[in-house]
Amino acid sequence: MINKKKCVAMLLAGGQGSRLGVLTKHRAKPAVTYGGKYRIIDFPLSNCIHSGIDTVGVLTQYEPLELNSYIGTGAPWDLDSMNGGAFVLPPFVKGERGEWYSGTANAIYQNIYFIEQYDPEYLLVLSGDHIYKMDYSLMIAAHEKTGADATIAVIQVPMEEASRFGIMNTDEDMRIYEFEEKPKKPKNDMASMGVYVFSWRKLRSYLDADAKDEKSSNDFGKNIIPKMLEKNEKMYAYPFKGYWKDVGTIFSLWEANMELLQEQPELDLYDEPWRIFSRNPNMPPHFVEKNAKVKNSLVSEGCHIYGTVENSVLSAGVVVERGALVRDSIIMQQTRVGEGSKIIMSIVDEEVNIGNDCTVGGGGEITVVGGGAVIKDEVVIEAGESVNAKRVVKNTAGGGRK
Amino acid sequence: MIRDAFGLIYAGEQNINLRELVYLRTVGALPVGGRYRSIDFVLSNMVNTGIHNVGVIAQRSYHSLMDHLGSGKEWDLSRKSDGLFILPPYSSSENMGSYRGIVDAIKGVMGYIRRSKQQYCIFSGSYTIYNRTYDDMLKYHIDTGADITMLYNEEEADSFKGERFKDVRIHQNEEGRVIDLEINSPLTDSKKAGMDTYVIRKELLEYLVEDCVSRGKYNFVSDLLMNNLNRIRIMGFKHEGYVGRLHSVASYYKLNMDFLDVDVQQDLFYANNRIYTKIKDEVPAKYAKTSNVKNSLIANGCIIEGEVEDSILFRSVYVGKGAKIKNCVIMQDSEIYNNSTLEYVILDKSVNIRQGRRLVGDEVFPVVIRKGAIV
Repeated sequence: MINKKKCVAMLLAGGQGSRLGVLTKHRAKPAVTYGGKYRIIDFPLSNCIHSGIDTVGVLTQYEPLELNSYIGTGAPWDLDSMNGGAFVLPPFVKGERGEWYSGTANAIYQNIYFIEQYDPEYLLVLSGDHIYKMDYSLMIAAHEKTGADATIAVIQVPMEEASRFGIMNTDEDMRIYEFEEKPKKPKNDMASMGVYVFSWRKLRSYLDADAKDEKSSNDFGKNIIPKMLEKNEKMYAYPFKGYWKDVGTIFSLWEANMELLQEQPELDLYDEPWRIFSRNPNMPPHFVEKNAKVKNSLVSEGCHIYGTVENSVLSAGVVVERGALVRDSIIMQQTRVGEGSKIIMSIVDEEVNIGNDCTVGGGGEITVVGGGAVIKDEVVIEAGESVNAKRVVKNTAGGGRK
Repeated sequence: MIRDAFGLIYAGEQNINLRELVYLRTVGALPVGGRYRSIDFVLSNMVNTGIHNVGVIAQRSYHSLMDHLGSGKEWDLSRKSDGLFILPPYSSSENMGSYRGIVDAIKGVMGYIRRSKQQYCIFSGSYTIYNRTYDDMLKYHIDTGADITMLYNEEEADSFKGERFKDVRIHQNEEGRVIDLEINSPLTDSKKAGMDTYVIRKELLEYLVEDCVSRGKYNFVSDLLMNNLNRIRIMGFKHEGYVGRLHSVASYYKLNMDFLDVDVQQDLFYANNRIYTKIKDEVPAKYAKTSNVKNSLIANGCIIEGEVEDSILFRSVYVGKGAKIKNCVIMQDSEIYNNSTLEYVILDKSVNIRQGRRLVGDEVFPVVIRKGAIV
């Protein structure tokens, strides 16, 4: 077979990420902005191309439009190659019936023919929910060395947080004997990263069996992995060391952005051979006016800063007008902060227009303003509030919003 | 959107007034405005007009130009039919690989011109910087029955002091026909300055070039245009809006400083169409707690720990703690370490300024530090 690939990657990008609230109202979680220019999905896609994996199926389902147009031909990640590339794989009608992806395993099952085109030895299953840099080729090498049927990447997490993750219990040579999803009393601190390498033939037989099982919820964590353990298949944990962050909640997304402002961030984005690629907005360098003040922040291209920006992350094309203050906040693409407005400890989504003399947030809890919102002059949005996208917020006579 | 025109850019200008800045690159490859090369502007103008067949005539030291343009993908010019053609010189029975003038250079790429299927040619140099599309200019060209239409803007002759490069002054009659041209004239009373951009029908360009070459004349303005003023109908079409020109080091410096004017930024980047350039996937610029930046243009990938005022920082510049940068143009990948002071300095790419150094130039004579130097 001309198109034969040693390894094909399948990226699960269909999740809603409901805990991100208004930020994922009109986009899937992997399309959420991070670090002033990236989308979460840039990380697994860049990791793939740097790991020598040039065939990536991107499984979309929830609000796919933004993600589909973002990925396009895959050219920004160098994934527009001749025999491979990035393929967006939404659910489709087969024969007489069409069906949604009922679970992570079902999403792979429904695309068996896509995978079989490349007759791969290994299948790399990724999720589009995490920020990390990882060389998957080393994990595949480990998988080959142990002769495993499945290898699951794990990372050490603080013991007190272990009950939030899927925990792998292994013997000394890292062979997994038990998998516990969000255990109340975790036996160790090795959390699954949602990165799996399977020997494709083996996985395929489990997917076929799982599809026939009507009681199954067609999920890797709930069904496939436990079933493989039950049958005593060779499953190994692959310990990963480095920065790995689940940005599944408003707080963790905010925190992950703030971590980039440290003097030496743990996640090195300046690493030349492991550049994180993204679709480029093609805007001029940003402009800082003579009365502006910018401290401890990340500022992207196309921004115009006339006011004060402190401890914040600004995406492309953001305008901060005179007398405005942005502090401890994340401002996404093309948003305007009007004169004299104060944005404190907030996440403001794309294309929001904040009028003059508004107050958004105040610390304590994170405030979120959804994409495309228009905030009228002098409106106050309290700390911890979440303002819906596409909603026009009116100002009331006494100030403050009811 | 013009479908019936192809673009031809002459990127072989040798402007020695630009000194160290063009030792290793052509004028078209000169970095401007924090992330662009000067050729990006005309090239983007052509693409934004809907032109999808562009030939770039390279001449000397064109490696950085080729590296920059690549397959033309970033200008959407990597196409199955047409697209971007980089046309370096080669030795033939008629040509020794070195052009005697722009007309000779066009003659050298006659094969490309003949193969181009479009009827009109937009011919341009690469040393003017402006943002416009050519639709209205082509319409004017057709409506007025012109043989050649040249683009100009109004600019006082004494607005740039010192050395000039290809300063073409235009005199028109009432209907707009060009009746006289001057080049680099210190005595001119014309405010109309040519922008080195022409519309011409393909067959006429072929004829005029062959005609000039057969007489041993190789200069585009003085031979092809001036000598034919009575024979062909040359019209002038006025451009409103900002125009930057790369006459000399001083005008290179002034051009970059113009980018700090919000109106100029508006005109060049936001009002019309996008200017495309090579993408580098840099991280957004990082400001440390100790940074202090005023009135400056800062590109992605910069890390700023010191003070920057009235300056342009290209991509991935590092400014260390206590360093002071004022009125400077700092090109890509340059590093200025702690407690150094730079004023009126142009740092070419990848210059390394060690701790505690002090370099001071003047507005009309900025200090230029060559590419890769360690100070």
